[in-house]
Amino acid sequence: MCVAYPGKIININGDHANVDFAGSRVKINISMVDAKVGDYVLVHAGMALQKMKQEEAESLTNLFTEVNETTNES
Amino acid sequence: MNPEQQSRRKAMADYLKSYSGRPLRLMEVCGTHTSMLYRTGVRALLPNEINMLSGPGCPVCVTPTNYIDKLVEYSFKANTCVLSFGDMLSVPGSETSLLGARARGGHVDFFYAPEQALDRAEKEPETTFILAAVGFETTAPVWVSVVDAVLKRKLRNVKLLTALKTMPFAMDTLCATGKIDGFLCPGHVAVIIGSEAFRPLAEKWGRPMVVGGFTAELLLAALARLVHESSCGRGGLWNEYPSYVRPEGNQKAQAAIARVFQPGNACWRGLGVLRCSGLYLRGKYAQLDAGSYGLDDDHLPDGCRCGDVLTGDINPRQCPFFNQKCTPDHPIGACMVSSEGACRIYCVEGEISK
Repeated sequence: MCVAYPGKIININGDHANVDFAGSRVKINISMVDAKVGDYVLVHAGMALQKMKQEEAESLTNLFTEVNETTNES
Repeated sequence: MNPEQQSRRKAMADYLKSYSGRPLRLMEVCGTHTSMLYRTGVRALLPNEINMLSGPGCPVCVTPTNYIDKLVEYSFKANTCVLSFGDMLSVPGSETSLLGARARGGHVDFFYAPEQALDRAEKEPETTFILAAVGFETTAPVWVSVVDAVLKRKLRNVKLLTALKTMPFAMDTLCATGKIDGFLCPGHVAVIIGSEAFRPLAEKWGRPMVVGGFTAELLLAALARLVHESSCGRGGLWNEYPSYVRPEGNQKAQAAIARVFQPGNACWRGLGVLRCSGLYLRGKYAQLDAGSYGLDDDHLPDGCRCGDVLTGDINPRQCPFFNQKCTPDHPIGACMVSSEGACRIYCVEGEISK
């Protein structure tokens, strides 16, 4: 039930926004995030829970290095 | 996918496939994780040494039967209609499910997003709508916005029967059993409460807690991290879903939840009543409550092992009813009903030989 999908904000009207999910546009509630047009937000049951941040690359690269080291050791 | 991502994904997959250290019992707490581990094919990669247990992270599955019974009772009251997420409709109560109630003339309907229910309530002022407010921290902000909208729109015919629960308490109880080596923490709960919310558990119990996302790549990363740290015997917190999970979570949502709800005891199937693990309407919002306190009785049908499935004590295939007496078409226990219930996922998503 905690399913959530990322979508892009197309336009904003007060507490609500139209969000594009791979071509489908859906009106959602954005009152829990400080978002602007163009932001990607994670949406659950009609509500944006968080804005996306480009951070995963670095953390994944670190893990990749560690895992590679472990694999090489064993 | 760029070449770098591709080689990263392959390295994670190879690492997991070739793991041959001590056997690990790892729990994916969230039902969406259970489902996505199958759908992405990641589960099929894992060797026998990596044993994934499904946890109590399906709200429908952990909701006790007398909550369903109360909704069923409401559905037969005059000028009353019960509205719920679709997942909840087939969950058996002690006599019948909401769908069963509807077949016998009860007033039951479903919504995709709870806000839809309010438009209907406005159009039908003579009917009292009882909203089945089920969920974890992920869904709690959605219910906050519903409650705010009910008051703002002055809808006098909407009430909530809440069964909202908070995850860290359940995980603490599971840690105390000592049977689980590490946790894949519920990613969308973490979006709200923050990855740091799991650190006290990691430190108290010396277990690795890894916050993970839901795509193949994110699942591989989170599991590689979890296996790596568990096999080294390292406790701690790792966030492998930083694109949406901040250390502090969504503070605006947390403040909204704290404004509308207060903690109270809640009954979890398989875990019993856990102190302060539920959320109940507080203060002026309590006028919208439809009698949510004290729904602590859980009557599983004779022989149903849902409780043991939800704590990871057995896997669904070890239940004698699994895919025999209890099937997705004719579920006996809640874990066979919900699309996030472990039994249904094991049944529908495939036959992996373990």
